Amino acid sequence: MKLEYIGLSEMVGSLIFLDGVSGIGYDEMAEITLSSGEKRYGRVIQLDGSRAVLQVFEGTKGISLENARTNFTGKPMELALSSEMLGRVFNGAGRPIDGLGELYPEERRNINGSAMNPVARIYPRNCIYTGISAIDGMSTLIRGQKLPIFSGAGMRHNDVAAQIVRQAKVAADDGEFAIVFAAMGVKNDVADFFKKDFEEAGALQRVVMFVNLASDPIIERMLTPRCALTAAEYLAFHLGYHVLVIMTDMTSYCEAVREFSSSKGEIPSRKGFPSYLYSDLASLYERAGILKGKSGSVTQVPILTMPNDDITHPIPDLTGYITEGQIVLDRELEQKGVYPPISVLPSLSRLMKDGIGEGYTRADHSDVSNQLFASYSKVQDARSLASVIGEDELSDTDKLYLKFGNAFEAHFLTQGVREDRSIDDTLDLGWKLLSILPKSELDRISAEDIEAHYVEDVTF
Amino acid sequence: MSETKYYIEGVNGPVVTVKGGRGLAMMDMVEVGTERLIGEVVSVEGDVTTVQVYEDTTGLMPGMPVFPKGAPMSITLGPGLLNNIYDGICRPLRGIAEASGAFIGRGIQIPALDEEKKWDVSICVRPGDELAPGAVYAECQETPVIRHRSMMRPDQSGTVLTVVPDGAYTVTDTLVTVKNAAGEILELKLAQQWPIRSPRPVEARCAITRPLITGQRIIDALFPLGKGGCAAIPGPFGAGKTVTQHQLAKWSDADLIVYLGCGERGNEMTEVLDEFSELIDPHTNQPLMYRTVLLANTSNMPVAAREASIYTGMTIAEYYRDMGYHVAMMADSTSRWAEALREISGRLEEMPAEEGFPAYLSSRLAEFYERAGYMKTLSGKEGSITIIGAVSPQGGDFSEPVTQNTKRFIRTFWALDRSLAYARHFPAINWNQSYSEYLTDLTPWYNEQLGEDFLKLRARLQAVMKEETSLNEIVKLIGSDILPEDQKLTIEIARVIRLGFLQQNSFHAIDTYVPMEKTKRMMEVIFRLFDGCRGLVAKSVPLSQIKATGIFEKLVRMKYEIPNDDLSQFGPFEQAVRTLSVKEAFDNEVRVYWSF
Repeated sequence: MKLEYIGLSEMVGSLIFLDGVSGIGYDEMAEITLSSGEKRYGRVIQLDGSRAVLQVFEGTKGISLENARTNFTGKPMELALSSEMLGRVFNGAGRPIDGLGELYPEERRNINGSAMNPVARIYPRNCIYTGISAIDGMSTLIRGQKLPIFSGAGMRHNDVAAQIVRQAKVAADDGEFAIVFAAMGVKNDVADFFKKDFEEAGALQRVVMFVNLASDPIIERMLTPRCALTAAEYLAFHLGYHVLVIMTDMTSYCEAVREFSSSKGEIPSRKGFPSYLYSDLASLYERAGILKGKSGSVTQVPILTMPNDDITHPIPDLTGYITEGQIVLDRELEQKGVYPPISVLPSLSRLMKDGIGEGYTRADHSDVSNQLFASYSKVQDARSLASVIGEDELSDTDKLYLKFGNAFEAHFLTQGVREDRSIDDTLDLGWKLLSILPKSELDRISAEDIEAHYVEDVTF
Repeated sequence: MSETKYYIEGVNGPVVTVKGGRGLAMMDMVEVGTERLIGEVVSVEGDVTTVQVYEDTTGLMPGMPVFPKGAPMSITLGPGLLNNIYDGICRPLRGIAEASGAFIGRGIQIPALDEEKKWDVSICVRPGDELAPGAVYAECQETPVIRHRSMMRPDQSGTVLTVVPDGAYTVTDTLVTVKNAAGEILELKLAQQWPIRSPRPVEARCAITRPLITGQRIIDALFPLGKGGCAAIPGPFGAGKTVTQHQLAKWSDADLIVYLGCGERGNEMTEVLDEFSELIDPHTNQPLMYRTVLLANTSNMPVAAREASIYTGMTIAEYYRDMGYHVAMMADSTSRWAEALREISGRLEEMPAEEGFPAYLSSRLAEFYERAGYMKTLSGKEGSITIIGAVSPQGGDFSEPVTQNTKRFIRTFWALDRSLAYARHFPAINWNQSYSEYLTDLTPWYNEQLGEDFLKLRARLQAVMKEETSLNEIVKLIGSDILPEDQKLTIEIARVIRLGFLQQNSFHAIDTYVPMEKTKRMMEVIFRLFDGCRGLVAKSVPLSQIKATGIFEKLVRMKYEIPNDDLSQFGPFEQAVRTLSVKEAFDNEVRVYWSF
């Protein structure tokens, strides 16, 4: 028997409290009808005897204790899924907002998903070429990986993400690509930028967009990535697509979680974020991977803006502990006019080691990237020394390091927004740059490889 | 069981309040709701009992039944644990995959051990034998490298009444019956139950006298860990905690590894499972999984089970220690466990202490690390548990509560350093911040096994690295050209030590594991070179001339060029260092030579 509950007993922020309820399950969805006929949606977040606490996705504005009638659906929040999703635009809660009407669902799934069983996973090994030297050469993206972009306000992370989407291809072309795009708390312009970019690349028919703008309710923002990932899992593991999920901006998402937590009166931990932020983020990021017996894959590229460019801030910090590496953008490089402004030293791809080299990319890939890392880290020492004693006073080796560093930034890091470099181009460029340094400085590469690839009298 | 009907009163995330009676004991296991989700009693207040549930609580309703199990949270211990992978409360993940597919379902109850498999059992007792606690009554070959010994539970004893003949039995078959002092008949099987939060008793705790040999130079030579000791590896993300843990799990000379992935990445657990099944253990020439038990509570699995997983792992480790094995337990990462503790504490509305962590964080950490040790077991054997816990400090800041509290209960500290990791210097163990208090305990062992000069070389190496650190401060300000030649030489030798000795390539076939003897010979060659160069520098030979000979680069590559099983290849390197000398050329210019 379905009961309708008339009126509420209490409201705090986006939470409403109902008394005298029974037969309600934890996490169940409810439909709240206002006397004006407007419908809102809510979810049970706490049960205590006959009292239920619900969060209202669209906010409690305009709700009074008397004008609301609540119906429980008997089910947790589910997303309607279908192959027709491709090319459509949805709001954060998964309802179509492109005016093309409701979706005819082939299936409905709980948006919280379930954990993938480690024994059912396939360890990711196939790399995705992005055509960006700094990523392909130094922090290779692997299919099934979660590799976030750590950026700051005002940096060109959107261009980088759009370039990855445009240029991404896999070595062994054995399936169709699809893109799931989740915008959380972003400005309208950003959502439009991506939409236009997908359109220009002729990719719009392969994209599913979930858009929660900066002015949309925060509860919906918390649902956005969950809906997006549920759609991604469906496309990947049911329909066999290789799905690339772009989620921007994770910082807005985390702030929504904080706002919601404080409205529930929870004990805050660092910087006011709830203590479960790690588990909460993990429940999103861990939904990437490849499964045995399924042809598709889910690869995530979340974007987050580091508040005050601080990599130790809880949001990038917790993200870095969950994701398989990170790509860090650097304001100093951006100001130097380097695009993409990828700071290679703190950037890292944990899955790279098993997805490069003989049989995957090129035999010398790992040595070249290691040497570039090691040499470029010495550039920083030479630069700080030069800023104290002046460039002229540097030893000859240190001067070569300065030259190497500048050439590395100007030729390796820098590339056009539409420039698509092959992995061979990237590695050959790496060798050319390393040849600026004397052979004795190349301590990460075997003597045979140096003989084979070292370029004498290199000029830039 | 009593007639009391328990039912759910409230639900808040993984915390469920239960009413209906006062009979539930602290830490008792219960099954919650119609799906029978597994939970544990965490507080009792009047007639309201609070339960933490180890699975997702979606769909639980007030009024649903709660079923007490009448015993504390226990796991089944027996043959079949090795070469297997479990979740945080010891449910087999392979079985779960068969039952619910690629994604982990709820309310799945599968026995931890394969109940169909027949083991080739030999019985070690006869009717009339007196069995003390811990006495072995049956043995079977669990994997080609580990012989499983079924022991009397530490809280049971008695006289053997009947035994079955040797033969093939499953873990549920009764092998031996025993009559205890109270006259009860006990049926002994291959497997037994043990509550995860109670340490298994031992006869006595012994002194730590032997190192856990890891094959990692910086650890074996500079910051050793004793068998039965505790170490912590703190470091920011990307500094290589997990790779270091994997290296130790692969190469350390423990008999058995319990590897706990606590709140970490799913792909990493898959990697361990795949890799360990293929990799061959150098000590036994068998796949590493034959000596490994994997426990996985990935970061998106239920948080309450994460809290329990560390005790599950420890109980398994203790079980094998009681058989007389040296067990190494890797916990990656203890910070995730501490955060799970914090999350549950928050839901219980307890008063938080530092950074929201509960005030009992430190005593829980102490309880955990104190379960390590080198023990004399109840059956008179020697066994040990060595704990290696990764710590993931927030923002890489070692002053946060988990790192600080952990430091009080461990004695080896391997501090991972972000700047070393950025320069791709791995293992990124910072030699200035790390320490090992076991060194004094292990001194006799080192002197006996490797000769008295080993520890002298070690001390010299540490002194050179210390001096380099202070010289680098000067170089940062004025450049290296201003330094006198002998100090330049120190920096150069420190560079050889960094690149050729401390840096170790875990992906290189030879370098991934290094025997102690090779480590020692490498140190000897490096210091012979240091002494030789010092002689030349004293004779006013410029360092640049010595550098030009390429001998430093030669020594840096030593680690790759000398095979681990043929140390005679050190010969040419030693010769090169010995023959390093000055020759006057015709034009009166000084030149340095060496022959290889």
